[in-house]
Amino acid sequence: MRYVDEFREPQLITRTADEIRRLADPQRHYRFMEVCGGHTHSIYRFGLKDLLPSNIELVHGPGCPVCVLPMGRIDDGLSIAEQPDVIFAAFGDMMRVPGTRGSPLEHKARGMDVRIVYSPSDALKLARHNPTKHVLFFAIGFETTAPSTALTLMRAKAEGIRNFSVFCNHVTIIPAIRAILDSPDMRIDAFIGPGHVSTVIGCRPYGWIANNEGKPIVVAGFEPLDILQSIVMLLRQMNDDEKKVENQYKRVVPWEGNRGALKAMAEVFELRPYFEWRGLGFISQSALRIKEAYSEWDAECRFSAPGVRVTDPKAAQCGEVLKGVLKPAQCKLFGKECTPEHPVGALMVSSEGSCAAYYNYEHRKAAQLTQLTGAAC
Amino acid sequence: MLTTAVSKIRFRDPQVEMAHGAGGKASRRLIDGLFAPILFGSTPAPLGDAAHVNINGACVALTTDSFVVRPLRFPGGSIGELAVNGTVNDLAVSGARAQALVVSYVLEAGLATEILEAEVRAMAAAAKAAGVVIAGGDTKVVEHGKADQMYITTSGIGHLIPGLSISPAAVRCGDKILLSGPIGDHGITILLARGELDLEADLRSDTRSVLPLVEALANAVGAAVHWMRDPTRGGVATSLNELAHDCGLGILLSEERIPIRDEVRGACELLGLDALHIANEGQFLAVVAAEQAEAALAALHAMPGGREAAVIGEVSEQPAGSVLVTTLYGGSRIVDMLVGDPLPRIC
Amino acid sequence: MCLAIPGKIIELLAEDRDLAVVDILGVRRRVDLGLLLDDPPTTGDWVLIHVGFAMSKISEMDALDQLRMLTDIGETQAALEEVQGYGSS
Repeated sequence: MRYVDEFREPQLITRTADEIRRLADPQRHYRFMEVCGGHTHSIYRFGLKDLLPSNIELVHGPGCPVCVLPMGRIDDGLSIAEQPDVIFAAFGDMMRVPGTRGSPLEHKARGMDVRIVYSPSDALKLARHNPTKHVLFFAIGFETTAPSTALTLMRAKAEGIRNFSVFCNHVTIIPAIRAILDSPDMRIDAFIGPGHVSTVIGCRPYGWIANNEGKPIVVAGFEPLDILQSIVMLLRQMNDDEKKVENQYKRVVPWEGNRGALKAMAEVFELRPYFEWRGLGFISQSALRIKEAYSEWDAECRFSAPGVRVTDPKAAQCGEVLKGVLKPAQCKLFGKECTPEHPVGALMVSSEGSCAAYYNYEHRKAAQLTQLTGAAC
Repeated sequence: MLTTAVSKIRFRDPQVEMAHGAGGKASRRLIDGLFAPILFGSTPAPLGDAAHVNINGACVALTTDSFVVRPLRFPGGSIGELAVNGTVNDLAVSGARAQALVVSYVLEAGLATEILEAEVRAMAAAAKAAGVVIAGGDTKVVEHGKADQMYITTSGIGHLIPGLSISPAAVRCGDKILLSGPIGDHGITILLARGELDLEADLRSDTRSVLPLVEALANAVGAAVHWMRDPTRGGVATSLNELAHDCGLGILLSEERIPIRDEVRGACELLGLDALHIANEGQFLAVVAAEQAEAALAALHAMPGGREAAVIGEVSEQPAGSVLVTTLYGGSRIVDMLVGDPLPRIC
Repeated sequence: MCLAIPGKIIELLAEDRDLAVVDILGVRRRVDLGLLLDDPPTTGDWVLIHVGFAMSKISEMDALDQLRMLTDIGETQAALEEVQGYGSS
């Protein structure tokens, strides 16, 4: 078993899609939000919307850590890296995200030492191999990624590696979901929960969504069968008028989460009182910063950065699209001033942002065409 | 004077960026918006892999390409082989058999002679294997710190292969799309060879001359071949998007029919890359009339190195100007050209 | 967020018990096991990998259960339809 192809098996997918069709009440219109950008990406990559009946609407949520990063933070990270002998290291996702004076790749073309890393431990390795330089790791991600940054910082401290620091932009998922549910225009019926964040935080933290807000939530994996099965589970809950947290991704997500990962995070990080989310505004207790015990490896302590707030153009309707109030194509700038090549707003800069995903995978599909491919299967 | 030409420039970027060389949308904008209007005159002919020019009644094919790669040597080949095979292949997919190449070296001062010699030997061997003569060349040396050790440009000239007449205008609805072999080998090999991602796999660049395969195709089905391209930078997705744009029709691909090695798939899954955007240096795409597709495929299968050729899709009315990939279970997605180089992602 | 994929541990590194070599469809990479020290995986185990760290052990039992459940969906439905078919003739 390889745990990938089995969950992409065409016959099983077709059968599960049939079950969805059977369960969806034709008198109802269902709005399910997938919180996580990785789910948005999977849905488009596997063409899952083609398999759903028209009364099931998938709304893309704010779980895209690149999308919600304010431009000012990118400017800050790059301004630190402008100092001589600093290496700017970040995941590939960050490389084309525009700051006020260009993206990291554009800075690289102008002479900055910019490296793509796959892992925070690769950034630490860079520091070990370049003792005369300082490696600045620009950290992004939700709770899935934060433990790895934490462990890397613990290793840096244990080994006494001083030419390494982290510019921390880790954010947490629960406040983002809360912001969606608190929004007055909110009309989400149920949630497809973030499968990989849940490998760290477990399923308990979502209890209030079912119990207090009365919305079903199913923690889902990322293969086509995972997402489709999660929709089956949501439909069953809604048809039976149930509201609970369920774990579809059992093969990987422990109900109690990953103790080791949570411990590492608690050792290194604390919650910021508030943090700005691009498109959503300031949210309290929603982001992580490095604790004082590790301040020597905190780029915000070791260096000074402009800290200038950069606001998005008013015409960009990212906030509404993030909250699922508008579809990407309904934003006035979509496809015109704002495209993946020259993104204006947050959701176009990352390939898993709703607008970019829709633009890259979907918007030129004609309605007749969807019927054509449906008939082919 | 240049005033009329200047008014045709639609390239509004204030400066050249890396994306303009990546083979995707930005490259296309630079070519269509700056080079074409000024250099190629007012006839908006779609740009192919080689130019066919008439010299005193004889039609010859002419092309040029520059090779910039890091590292210079990698499993399966080196910059020298790419420089020979790349130009032979550009001529082949334009329907021509390469006769002679000329080569231009830009070398960085401080480059070790043994490295230079290794590449020159590699080029000689590749030329012999491809049946092409290297007829001459030029060398320039630039200061240390420029030229990434070496840049190589090759220009090639050849005569047209009889029986082939290729153009986007010849492409029809229902035509089948053939691919000569598995995708992504070269691009992933290079990515791994750079060592930055700490990944290992038994992968080699697929660099080779595709001329024998193209000639086999021409011999078997000749005029039924409507279009060809070698999917280098930007991958299969970029080449087919260019075709869709040039012929105004749609391309439908069946995901499960696209040949791909496990290791390429594994690397793409791990890094969040789409194999359709990854560069190939030893493959080509051919659009063939439907009724001749079987014969075309059989001709490729019969050749050494053609065993893994496959029919991966077909030309259709919709989605006009775009490429759509469908799955066995009925899902589909549009595959666009990339803006710049494919980047690994963690999200 | 969260591109994470399954890989099989093919070697534990002697020089650092927190590191292992993992195989993903023939691609090999060193992966940090530091987040799973409570119940460390061993050679032959499958783990979920995200940014070079193992996030969780993959349970073959749960995976098989899930696939069985999905197979049952279709079969139950097919059985139901067959029964209904008898009723209407």
